[in-house]
Amino acid sequence: MNNIVSKEHFSENVVKLVVHAPEIAKSRKPGHFVMIKIGKKGERIPLTIAGADIKAGTIDLVIQIVGVTSHKLTALNVGDEITDLAGPLGQATHIEKVGTVLAAGGGVGTAPLLPIVEGFKKAGNRVITVLAARNKDLLILEDQIRKYSDEVIIMTDDGSYGTKGLVTHGMEEVIKREKVDLAITIGPAVMMKFAALTTKKFNIKTLASLNTIMVDGTGMCGACRITVGGKTKFVCVDGPEFDAHQVDFDEMLMRLSAYREEEAVAYEKHMASL
Amino acid sequence: MDLKKFYKEQRAQEWRADIRKDIKTKERVSMTRTKMLEQDPNIRNKNGLEVNLGLTEKLAMEEARRCIDCPDPTCISGCPVNIYIPKFIKKIEIGDFLGAARIIKETNSLPAVCGRVCPQEKQCEANCFYTIKLGQPPVAIGFLERFAADYEQNSGKMAVPDIAESNGIKVAAVGSGPASLAWATDMARLGYDVTVFEALHEIGGVLKYGIPDFRLPNSVVDVEIDNLRTMGVKFVTNFVVGRTASIDDLREQGFEAFFVASGAGLPRFMNIPGENFNGIFSSNEFLTRINLMGAAKEDYDTPVSLGKNIAVIGGGNTAMDSVRMSKRLGAERAMIVYRRTRAEMPARLEEVQHAIEEEIEFLNLTSPIEYLANEKGKVTHMILQKMELGEPDDSGRRRPIPIEGSEYKVPVDVVIVAVGVSPNPLIPASVKGLKTTKWGTIIVNDDFQTSIEDIFAGGDIVRGGATVILAMGDGRDAATGMDEYIQNKIKK
Ligand SMILES: Cc1cc2nc3c(=O)[nH]c(=O)nc-3n(C[C@H](O)[C@H](O)[C@H](O)COP(=O)(O)OP(=O)(O)OC[C@H]3O[C@@H](n4cnc5c(N)ncnc54)[C@H](O)[C@@H]3O)c2cc1C
Ligand SMILES: Cc1cc2nc3c(=O)[nH]c(=O)nc-3n(C[C@H](O)[C@H](O)[C@H](O)COP(=O)(O)OP(=O)(O)OC[C@H]3O[C@@H](n4cnc5c(N)ncnc54)[C@H](O)[C@@H]3O)c2cc1C
Ligand code: SF4
Ligand code: SF4
Ligand code: FES
Repeated sequence: MNNIVSKEHFSENVVKLVVHAPEIAKSRKPGHFVMIKIGKKGERIPLTIAGADIKAGTIDLVIQIVGVTSHKLTALNVGDEITDLAGPLGQATHIEKVGTVLAAGGGVGTAPLLPIVEGFKKAGNRVITVLAARNKDLLILEDQIRKYSDEVIIMTDDGSYGTKGLVTHGMEEVIKREKVDLAITIGPAVMMKFAALTTKKFNIKTLASLNTIMVDGTGMCGACRITVGGKTKFVCVDGPEFDAHQVDFDEMLMRLSAYREEEAVAYEKHMASL
Repeated sequence: MDLKKFYKEQRAQEWRADIRKDIKTKERVSMTRTKMLEQDPNIRNKNGLEVNLGLTEKLAMEEARRCIDCPDPTCISGCPVNIYIPKFIKKIEIGDFLGAARIIKETNSLPAVCGRVCPQEKQCEANCFYTIKLGQPPVAIGFLERFAADYEQNSGKMAVPDIAESNGIKVAAVGSGPASLAWATDMARLGYDVTVFEALHEIGGVLKYGIPDFRLPNSVVDVEIDNLRTMGVKFVTNFVVGRTASIDDLREQGFEAFFVASGAGLPRFMNIPGENFNGIFSSNEFLTRINLMGAAKEDYDTPVSLGKNIAVIGGGNTAMDSVRMSKRLGAERAMIVYRRTRAEMPARLEEVQHAIEEEIEFLNLTSPIEYLANEKGKVTHMILQKMELGEPDDSGRRRPIPIEGSEYKVPVDVVIVAVGVSPNPLIPASVKGLKTTKWGTIIVNDDFQTSIEDIFAGGDIVRGGATVILAMGDGRDAATGMDEYIQNKIKK
């Protein structure tokens, strides 16, 4: 039974759930995700495992409310059961000692970034993290990220906290100052696109964790396919992390919009029905 | 015992000899083959209900009379699980329908499924005396099998097979498709403690997410799954073996042997320009969204793109299911684009015929070479190239050769790519030392045992894309092999 053990609002639209899932807690690694479905008529959506406690048998999920399913999920309360939860899926992040790691997280992308930052820190790397959000209220997990980062740079679009500017500004500042051996970026596709362009200028190997649309999450449907280095890859089984300089972000952005209209209509209907 | 001798003795039994005397052979072979009761093509292509309605008791008994109860029943050799065909048909002839179902179930645990989806024209019916000796339409073995199975399901008197005393030995299957269900039936009968792990949230594999309700209603599959539950088989959904827990973890939990039946679920694409545009799906995605996720139904959350012009690339069962589904969901022009001709189509004959009746358009001897899209990345056209047939290739079918300069443009709103599947790599990749072929299928010996002694495998993960009945046959043989393996280990 995958019951919700605790629930915390990070901001109006970002919720952290701790969910009972002992087997997944034991086998998950940084970079892995789960597929979730709520109710018989629900949709399957992917969510990164942001952390786990093997002893308590729980996993952490940090969810941004964008549509019907994320809304339904975050409307559940402590003690409620998540009907279907499967994982851990995807390839785990390859964590090793490389030297200096520059991590760049945008919006709710900070959640999946957390276990990766933790992993690289524990493997003995110098970790510098740039967190970006539209404004101060949307910034999440700052304290936890600080715990595993040698330095944290905060960027907000409106300058309400940290430095005013985009994630790429923070990244360039670091790159111009010191040698970076590996960059990692997780956030909205547009942000990752520009983060990748930034590191490319300086020839820094960069990983991006892609959040495509998925159906099964086990390699069976191809909904999550994208082009990497000219070849079609399935994000759920070949990824979700790829060499950011090889990813066709424009194609990914286009594919993400496949159901935008249907989703907007469904969301309105769902909210009206409450 | 010698099979020939067995069949001879059985055939000599009084009740069968009596039936044979009832009607002269000459009279039997002059009867015409029964037609399946079907929904009208123009009604069924607008609803999702089953196309074939089944035979009435009267029609079934009439069709049963056509079978001449051959001394050498060649039909049996065409059936991958060797159903004792004349015996069950003669039971139908005397009106003992439950008896007929019982005979079928001695070798086939999912007759209601096979009677509906087996490619009979290539298997049992291809080997019927009528086909090979008389050049006449064969006895409708598939229809009769379905009839007996449905009769049993509807009678509320489903026979639960005799189960040996529990031996407390834990065994597990990976995947819940037909291979696994057949394996589980036999293992449960032998007294094992059986668990089936399934990655998705539903049990049944392709029977649920692939084959649509209009051909195989989910309720028919569910009856069989419930039957297995009654026999004590445990089903665990949302459990991805190799991920949620490894085979090693499961060994530690006390499982003594494994049956890997993880299927050939990976869709292939053609790698032509524009194939990743929106509106272009694999058939797996299209059918999964609709069959498993209820995408076309009101109040289900999963969306699916539909449109006026829908093209399906391919000529197999998956292609037929996708195109007929498109028509049912409102496509005005639902097209099959196939690079060979109708004669080479791998789909079941009945499905192709049904598709034609339902006004599916066939663009044979053509193949897409590129897709075009609008500024939003949504597909708008496909560019097709005409083909001609050359010399036979490895598969024995004539190779299609593109005709240069024959390209033309066809408007499309949705394209469904159904050009085949590859084996699911999850298990081979997660089990060290498991030997596979260069195509990624798992290598097994005659007992369906893999290179690792406590792991057996069968179905599509061993054969590549095959059929329901072959998968089930593998499941049964693997059960026999596994039982032998475990019993030998205990003796030692
Ligand atoms: C591997 C992976 C890990 C993910 N991890 C997380 C996570 O930890 N936390 C989290 O909040 N989200 C995560 N996502 C994204 C999450 O799956 C989507 O936000 C979710 O599917 C939206 O479902 P919905 O029904 O609420 O909204 P929908 O109605 O499906 O979508 C609403 C709007 O969001 C857009 N959208 C849909 N899917 C995505 C997507 N994948 N990325 C960006 N925009 C999208 C749509 O175009 C639409 O405009 C992850 C995605 C992937 C592939
Ligand atoms: C649309 C379509 C139509 C078809 N029509 C016909 C037809 O008319 N007649 C016919 O004979 N055949 C037909 N076939 C082929 C037939 O369905 C397959 O040959 C058969 O289902 C194979 O059975 P299987 O048990 O090997 O695997 P599958 O039915 O593929 O089941 C495998 C299951 O394993 C699960 N799985 C995979 N990996 C894991 C894991 N690591 N852990 C847990 N679970 C896992 C999958 O989710 C899946 O549910 C059709 C196939 C399709 C796709
Ligand atoms: S299982 Fe299939 S091949 Fe065997 S008799 Fe039945 S329909 Fe024919
Ligand atoms: S071969 Fe045909 S006629 Fe002969 S026993 Fe089999 S089904 Fe009957
Ligand atoms: S989500 Fe279906 S293949 Fe990746």
